[in-house]
Amino acid sequence: MTTNSLPPDPNDLWQPSRGLNKRVEQAVIWLFGLFAIISVATTVGIVLSLLFETVEFFRVVPLWNFLTDRQWTPLFSNPQFGILVLLSATFLTSFIAILVAVPLGLLSAIYLSEYASPKLRKWLKPALEILAGVPSVVYGYFALLLVTPFLQIFIPQLGGFNALSAGIVIGISITPLIASLSEDAIYAVPRALRDGSYALGLTKRETVFGVVLPAALSGIVASIILAVSRAVGETMIVALAAGLNPRLGLNPFVPVMTMTAYIVQVSLGDTPAGSIAFKSIFAVGMTLFLVTLAFNIISFWFVRKFRETYE
Amino acid sequence: MTTNSVSQVATKACLRAKNVSVYYGPFLAVRDVSLDIFRNEITALIGPSGCGKSTLLRCFNRTNDLILGARVEGKVTFQGSDLYDEGVDPVYVRRRIGMVFQKPNPFTKSIYENIAFAARINGYKGSIDELVETSLQRAALWDEVKDKLKESGLSLSGGQQQRLCIARAIAIEPEVILMDEPCSALDPISTLQIEELMRELESRYTIVIVTHNMQQASRISDKTAFFNAESTETGNKVGYLVEYGDTEQIFSEPREQATQDYVSGRFG
Ligand SMILES: Nc1ncnc2c1ncn2[C@@H]1O[C@H](COP(=O)(O)OP(=O)(O)O)[C@@H](O)[C@H]1O
Ligand SMILES: [Mg+2]
Repeated sequence: MTTNSLPPDPNDLWQPSRGLNKRVEQAVIWLFGLFAIISVATTVGIVLSLLFETVEFFRVVPLWNFLTDRQWTPLFSNPQFGILVLLSATFLTSFIAILVAVPLGLLSAIYLSEYASPKLRKWLKPALEILAGVPSVVYGYFALLLVTPFLQIFIPQLGGFNALSAGIVIGISITPLIASLSEDAIYAVPRALRDGSYALGLTKRETVFGVVLPAALSGIVASIILAVSRAVGETMIVALAAGLNPRLGLNPFVPVMTMTAYIVQVSLGDTPAGSIAFKSIFAVGMTLFLVTLAFNIISFWFVRKFRETYE
Repeated sequence: MTTNSVSQVATKACLRAKNVSVYYGPFLAVRDVSLDIFRNEITALIGPSGCGKSTLLRCFNRTNDLILGARVEGKVTFQGSDLYDEGVDPVYVRRRIGMVFQKPNPFTKSIYENIAFAARINGYKGSIDELVETSLQRAALWDEVKDKLKESGLSLSGGQQQRLCIARAIAIEPEVILMDEPCSALDPISTLQIEELMRELESRYTIVIVTHNMQQASRISDKTAFFNAESTETGNKVGYLVEYGDTEQIFSEPREQATQDYVSGRFG
């Protein structure tokens, strides 16, 4: 601005011509702002519509019953909507998934960033990320047609639909996510930190587990929490392999119905729109949204609190 | 060219480099260095950047082993035994010959744990609390941190972080401490504190320090080695030892013209 207010010197060798540039720059800023507003507005819209229907639902079914009933029978003449039934199934499949995915994902991340040769890493990392792109319907059939029959060899009482296979396969499907994000976090730990550890007479294993992993902790935990919310929201695998039987409890061998599976069932079925059973999917959707939101907030808080800033 | 005025008293040598050359892949970085480091002395390595001071320093505790493609030729002995002998475990070498780096690199742990961690892993059987206290005292940091031992090491200032790294290095009681430009990232006051600290540590440890700062070398060191680099036919620069002797002699009556030019600030 100051240069513009000076009288232009025609003999100056430096003659900037940014007249048009300036208008283009303004336009670009507006355009970006517009897109940012669209994406935020969409999210707000989704949450609002969810909220309206949810409020409608709770006009009929008291919140207290929703939270404490021990049955999920939306189609009975005297329906009960105990969310705990669906929550327990979601918890069960997600818990099994995390049990599978955390050790698998973390160990591959550690191997990739600390032990694999640079050449191997160059190949494995993209391969891992491709694995993350396999459609979940493929994983769903994998669970139903391969994992369940295989597990039945060892566990004869295992149902054709069950939480165990679904959980294991969700775990496999989110392993690349944990591996890839954790690997980024581990790889980003400065070399200086490793050198400092070696210089104290520590071995590679002691350095990796004692110095590098703690330094990458916030990134690792963030990746795990992200994977948890992925597992909670996973739909195709549970709809295909875990069954559609609302049942309260934590038995992994029997068919169960998760929150997502219920939403799929009602959306695809012939439940009349406007009925209380139909409205219930919004309440379930809201619960799902709140659970994942809680995880994201925890993750955000954790990363903020424990992120180490090394220059 | 290599003048070794101190080799007559070599019996006291703690670390000896004999005809050491270091390669990074095909690239020769330092050529044919022979140098004795003496016990309970401070030896300064000076010279223009890129002449291989850090490279040579890393030979003394086998941290070059950690660099892909680095190769050390010649012989490095520590108290008479070959550091690069087949049966020698580099982890054990580094346990006895510690290192402090150019940029402070405290672990992402509490101040207390920064020191306790390696001691515990190395199987220290005494009181860890006491060890932490004495190490911090020796590193002249205790008074500043004694009320916040639980806080992250990264919460300290740069100079404090570097003293924490020194405390961490001396906590495991090495015999030698290698320092690679330990003050180059610090302000003048922190620098003076660390120099003072080194003089105190001299009675218990053998110190080798790489420094860019010639005043620093002349202030604190007993012996000084001056390195320079020369271009080869292929255009690469190769570092070599120009002159080694008592610090006083190097700074007041160097034998080589290049040394004279360097210490008087005419190049580098
Ligand atoms: N890790 C490395 N890989 C390849 N070349 C290196 C590496 N470290 C140092 N060099 C090269 O070796 C030469 C000496 O470097 P260095 O020992 O760092 O010098 P100084 O510490 O005296 O500045 C330089 O030419 C530098 O580019
Ligand atoms: Mg250097």
